[in-house]
Parts: sequence; C-alpha cells; structure tokens
Amino acid sequence: MNGPDYSYAPLLFFAGIGAAFAVFSVFAASIAGPKRYNRAKADAYECGIQPSPHAEGGGRVPIKYYLTAMLFIVFDIESVFLYPFAVSFDRMGLFALVEMVLFVVTVFIAYAYVWRRGGLEWD
Amino acid sequence: MAVAASSMHALAMNTDHPAADFSDTPWWLSLIKAVLLFVILLLNTLLVIWFERRVIGRMQQRPGPNRAGPFGLLQTLADGVKLALKEDVTPKNADKLMFIAAPIIAGAMAFVAFAIIPLSGSVWMFGHHTPLQLTDTPVAVLLVLAVAGVGVYGIVLAGWSSGSTYPLLGGLRSSAQVISYEIAMGLALVAVFLYAGSMSTSQIVLAQKGIWYCIPAFFSFIVYIITMVGETNRLPFDLAEGEGELTGGFHTEYSSLKFAMFFLGEYVNMFTVSALATTLFLGGWQAPPGIAAIGGGMFNGGWWGLLWFFIKLWLFMFFFVWLRGSLPRVRYDQFMRLGWKVLIPTTLVWVVAVAFIRAAQLGFLGDSKAWGGIPRATLIVIAVIAVIVLAIAWVWDTKQARKDNEVTAPPDEVNPFAGGHPVPPLPGQRLVEPVPAIAAAPAARSSVDNHSEEPRG
Repeated sequence: MNGPDYSYAPLLFFAGIGAAFAVFSVFAASIAGPKRYNRAKADAYECGIQPSPHAEGGGRVPIKYYLTAMLFIVFDIESVFLYPFAVSFDRMGLFALVEMVLFVVTVFIAYAYVWRRGGLEWD
Repeated sequence: MAVAASSMHALAMNTDHPAADFSDTPWWLSLIKAVLLFVILLLNTLLVIWFERRVIGRMQQRPGPNRAGPFGLLQTLADGVKLALKEDVTPKNADKLMFIAAPIIAGAMAFVAFAIIPLSGSVWMFGHHTPLQLTDTPVAVLLVLAVAGVGVYGIVLAGWSSGSTYPLLGGLRSSAQVISYEIAMGLALVAVFLYAGSMSTSQIVLAQKGIWYCIPAFFSFIVYIITMVGETNRLPFDLAEGEGELTGGFHTEYSSLKFAMFFLGEYVNMFTVSALATTLFLGGWQAPPGIAAIGGGMFNGGWWGLLWFFIKLWLFMFFFVWLRGSLPRVRYDQFMRLGWKVLIPTTLVWVVAVAFIRAAQLGFLGDSKAWGGIPRATLIVIAVIAVIVLAIAWVWDTKQARKDNEVTAPPDEVNPFAGGHPVPPLPGQRLVEPVPAIAAAPAARSSVDNHSEEPRG
C-alpha cells in the first residue's frame, strides 16, 4: 500500500458528527429550557437533607480506587502485549508459543504477588 | 514441508490487512455513510429504549408505555423533547467547564467505535462498489478498546466536576468497574485474534466462514458476555447508579439534555459492545449456517448481510433486557472479586490453552499430519490442564470467601449503649442494663472510666 493511508479519515468524519451532535444538544438545552433561580436548587443534591460540606477539588477518595487504577494500567498493558503475538502467531511457529507461555507465567507471578499482598481485596 | 510452510506464510501475510476493499469509496461517499450510520444508531437507540420498557413491562405483567404513537413507539422521542424543555441546572459547587465537557465526551465517544463494525459485505451504492462499513484498519479492535478507555473520562469527569458527594462516589465506582472489566475483556479477545490471525474486523468476519468463533472460543465468548454487561454499567452490574446507595451515581446532578447525553451514551455503548460480540463471535453479517448455503450464498452478503447483522445485534439487546428483568444487583465487593479473581486468571489460562490448540492445528507441535484434525492427545492434555487449573482457582476462591464470611457467634449479654448509641439486642440476647443515671449518680462518678463511652446528651 503506497501513499498516505486514508482509512482513518471516515473515523474522523464520524467522530465529528457525534461531537457536533453532543455539543449542539448540550447548548440547545441551555437555551430551550426555563431558568428560575432558587438557592436550594443550586445546592448539591443529597436527597433533601442539608448537603455535606464538600472539599475543594473533590476531597479525599478511598485508596482502593487508586490501587485499582494502578493495577489496571499494569495488567491492561500486559494484555495488550499479547495482541501482536496473537495476530502473528501463524507466522512465528513454535517460538511464539514458548515465548508466550513464558510471558504469561511472568504475568501470573506478578498477579499472585498482588493477590498475596491483598491488592485484590475489596471491603 | 518447506513448501507448505512458505505457502502458509503467504496465506498468513494476507490476513493482516482489512479484507474490505475501500479503494472504490470516494470521500463524499464515506461522509454519506457516516451520516447514515449515525442516523441508524440514533433510531436504534430510540427504538431500544422503547423496546426495553415494553419487554420489561411484559416480564413484570404490565403493559409498559403504550400511549405516544402506535404501540407507544414515540415514547422515547416524547421523553427527549420533554428533557430538552427542562431547566438545565448547574450546581454551585460544580467545576463549570468540566461539568459541560463530561456529557459531550460521553455522548460523542460512544458513537466512534461503531465506525469499524462491518454491517455487511460490499454493495453498490451511488455508482460505487463499497463495503457497508465505515472504515477498517489492521488494528480495528484495538481502536474499540481505546475509544472505550476515552469514554471513561466522561464518567470520571462527570462525577468529579459535580462538586457533590454521591456523583463523586458513583463516578469513582463506575470508572473502577469499567477498567477492571476491560482487562478480562481484552484478554478474552486474544483467543479470537489467535484463530483469525488478524485484528481487522472485516478479516475476522471472513475467517468465520467455516465456523463461528463462539464455538471454538466458547470460553472467551462467555467471558466477553459477562464483561460487556460490566462495561456498560447494566444490571446486574449497574453499581454505579445503585439507587438505594448513590441516588443516581455520576449523573445525579445532571438535568435536561446533558443527562440525556449520558443516557444516549449508555445505550449506544450497549449497541457497540453487542455489535463487537456479533462481529467477533457470531460471524458478523454472515447468514446462519443453514441459510448461508442456499442458492450458492445468495442470502450471504450484500444487502442481506444487514438483516443477519441486525437480527444478531437485537438478540443481544434482548439479552440485556432479559438480564435486567431477571437478576438483582450484585454487591460491589462481589463484583470486583468476580472480575479480578475469577475472570482474569481463568481467561489467561484459556489464552494459553487456545495457543496450544492453535499450535497443534497448524502443526507446530510436530505430530499433526492433517490440518483440520487436531491431535487427540494434545487436546486431551490441554483440556485436563485447563480443568484442573479452573478447579483449583474455584476451590481456592470459595474457601477464601467462606473464611471471609465466617460469622462469630454473638455474645449472650449485650450492653445496648456500649458503642455510644442505642443498639437493640439480637434474639436470645440478654440486656445488661446500664446503671440508671439518677439512682447511680454518686456511683457513676466513681466509675467514670467504666462507662466512658456513654452518651453525654
């Protein structure tokens, strides 16, 4: 295949249409709807009780979420490493199989470590 | 052997690039196809919301919406117009810019992934021979995962920017849920790539001419079905908006069409994951095996492909609704345990097993003469190993769960004010009354340290 690759251009068209629709809807709503100011309406919604004070920038969040995000990055990248191997498996022969098994074993060691240290617990 | 290897090499080289031929598709035709696809998706969304409410209604012995239009078909449209005419409230604690950006990201990103789904093979359209697919690339499926990753930003930012407690918690939960299940989903797809030798969607559909991948990659199919429900925050995994604990989750503070964007995004995402399941596991636009053979494949491809594709797609939509009508919501820790401790390790083992099966099929393991016939010994060994590992994982997990759930017997006597607030006794427990305040006033002064946790008020 010579010359520039145009296969991503339709994707941009499509993304553009979707984004235009979303932007249009969001701004149309602010024009079409009524506006009646009310102090209680602008408060944070907590089922009718006095809203709890909210720290600047969201405040503290449980550490579990941070840990989940870190583990996600580690394991997601490891799973993406398996893709090129899977696609070219037919061409690479036994070598690919051995390499892949070794790779999955290392992933499992990391996984067992995380499990053992309680990284997967959620309470 | 060398000849066979080199011919296999040439065969394998071809599968890397998309099978769909876009060389006769000018840019304006791509634009027309993009608009058409967008309209089809919007109409499908309008239809599926009505469909869901009607079917759920039937499952719960009530009619469901039946007033707006014939059979209530225009109900979703009426709801949309009503939402557009409602006030667009921005809470005073909100981060204004992000509060507006989040629904736009969620709404826009939901559509993008559908661009690489093949709705059918090639057809004549405005004098050009073009595939019924917007575009295809050698990394098409990876693109879907990437877009899903960007879509999470809509959820996180919505929760964070609302400046309110429930949306923040809902947004965190939802994003943790989506990313946790994305790992298992990504691993489940590896088996399909192994069989097809490609990540291009049109190539994967063509590779399923012989047999749909839901059979040779059945375990991947099961895992994908579970993770796609988790990915789209649908019941029984809709913990992000568990009404009993988080009111509405990340979109609690949103109103008017901003809320509608999240709603739209959720349903378009359902279509996207179902379309991907159709493409990767159910043969995409190909006709069911019996019909595919009729008349030399006259119903297989062309405009007929659309029919088969949408039938399969809507079967998945029915499945989503069916799940919602049947199952209660799971608990968050159970949900995370299923994702991290069951789906990920078993799918990893499954990937290794598929690699061995594939290697045996291709003759890499040496003892295979026939291409189609898998050496029985290899297969049995793999099956036994897989079953053993699955069994170990399962036993270990149930044991762990039992240990977590062990209940210590409650004591016979209970001091109702020990924790500082009144606690009623359990059945069979005897109350140890705290010393009455007035009668024991002199005594209490001397034993303050014994009742230091008594309420003061």
